Amino acid sequence: MAQAAIEIENLSKEYPYGFLHLKKKKSLEHLSMRVEDGEVFGFLGPNGAGKSTTIKLLMRLIFPSSGSARILGKSIDNVSMHGSVGYLPEQPYFYDYLTAYEVLDYFARFHGLAVSDRRERVAAMLKKVGLDTAKKIQLRKYSKGMLQRVGLAQAILHDPQVVVLDEPMSGLDPLGRREVRDIILELKREGRTVLFSTHILSDAEMLCDRVGVIVGGKLRGVGAPGELVDMKPQGMEILFEMPEERPNLLLLAKAAKTGNRFRVQLPDAELYRALDQLKSANAHILSVAQIKPTLEEFFMNLVEADRAQANAVDVSGK
Amino acid sequence: MRNIRAVAANTFREAVRDRVLFNLVFFALLMMAAAILVGQISIGIEKDVIISLGLTAISVIGILIAVFLGVALVSKEMDKRTLYALLAKPVHRWEFLLGKFFGLVMTLTVNTAAMAAGLYAALWSVKHPLAPTDIYILVAVYLILLKLAIIVALALLFSCFTSPFLAILFTTGLYVAGLFAADLRTIQTIQMDPATLRLMQGISYLLPNFQNFNVMAAVVHAQGIPASLVWNATAYALLYSALVLVTAAVVFSRRNLK
Repeated sequence: MAQAAIEIENLSKEYPYGFLHLKKKKSLEHLSMRVEDGEVFGFLGPNGAGKSTTIKLLMRLIFPSSGSARILGKSIDNVSMHGSVGYLPEQPYFYDYLTAYEVLDYFARFHGLAVSDRRERVAAMLKKVGLDTAKKIQLRKYSKGMLQRVGLAQAILHDPQVVVLDEPMSGLDPLGRREVRDIILELKREGRTVLFSTHILSDAEMLCDRVGVIVGGKLRGVGAPGELVDMKPQGMEILFEMPEERPNLLLLAKAAKTGNRFRVQLPDAELYRALDQLKSANAHILSVAQIKPTLEEFFMNLVEADRAQANAVDVSGK
Repeated sequence: MRNIRAVAANTFREAVRDRVLFNLVFFALLMMAAAILVGQISIGIEKDVIISLGLTAISVIGILIAVFLGVALVSKEMDKRTLYALLAKPVHRWEFLLGKFFGLVMTLTVNTAAMAAGLYAALWSVKHPLAPTDIYILVAVYLILLKLAIIVALALLFSCFTSPFLAILFTTGLYVAGLFAADLRTIQTIQMDPATLRLMQGISYLLPNFQNFNVMAAVVHAQGIPASLVWNATAYALLYSALVLVTAAVVFSRRNLK
């Protein structure tokens, strides 16, 4: 088997709590997964599921209770490995007394870049994330979205082979999110491996080759978004407008109304009969589409199952 | 070395931009006021008063900066999470700690040097020309700086495993206890059982002995300061700081960030 960009084996993390730290809370349980070289991997899960814990373990910001992980074949304890990895923390915060240029220049020093290379790279990164006009402003005057861009710039500043992004879309407006998506796609085109965590499922569906879903500290599924979800259509949806009142049209009873538009969902077998009814009632049909299960539904089912299980444990515990 | 230098330079830049060196304005005002007042109210001891006041102010201001900024060196980076992006770079945690230590020591050196210059200016204004023995003021300032380096190392150590409030409390407590370390070693004159006495003496050797760095009386009275005292104090400060920093590095190397 070819060497994976990121290999995680049985990684667990427990946090002690209570007055004497005698009790332990499991934050991550026996996580094993691989992120292949050159793929964009989405790490999905609700808040508190263990996404950031996993990423912090990979970045050696916290230490595992058991298990191991390797990035590009090197143990995560090997500090030199971090020269090939870029990391964007969740809700990044940088030295606010520095300008964007200074903070990037500061981080570039740890990668051993020569002065001329450093200047060149920093200028290119500022341009890439759209901050070249604000590079001389101290970060204390930056908006959340601008800080996120600085975070992205420092993560890819040194041309890393593996990029780990913790909630990169968090706090961004639609334009900012699109820019981050474009950067991720560009990284993919350049052959880099990207692991990013998110709870915005549409982003994951749009960008990822594969996703891993984590709930309650346990990995619940890994695969391509289409593989994880049963893609067999689950019926049809018709969107239509009614130019005049037709109270006796049976279809209207099943439809959801928004303004003068109606949306109705039907089994496949009933589609043509419904279309005939609408035609005879002079309805204006706007669209007919298949209903496909989404990654969101898959995700929500897992979360609800986990909550139900947790409740069951609570009840039996009582 | 490159990583330590980068962190140290940034720590110094932070202190400058956060206007830490503004304390120099306070020191300058104090020295000016002292020079004017002393000239009017003291006869023959102007110089002694200026030197005592100046060295005490250099020491007190330095201690305040060393304790409060020393504790903030790590805790602020953890609270604000500025440390996250940095530690994900090819940087050892001990390099980060050493960079922080040297950055603050650099800040204190610049600050102390500026205050020493202010002290000489005040001295010159009340009694000029300066005497050759006034060079001892520089030795006293150097010893104050060594003392401050130990305090920074202690503040750094405590901030690696406890809250900023407790770290300030522990550092200050250890500083005060360290002022009496020499007294603890000679405590045998007091009635005490031998086991307790040995324990007290053992503790006294663990405490930083800040009396090693106090030469104010000798400087004020223009007495010579033996070179051996300066060498011993330098060696003691280097060794003590190094031990404290190694302990801090060990503690911080397995610290889980929030």
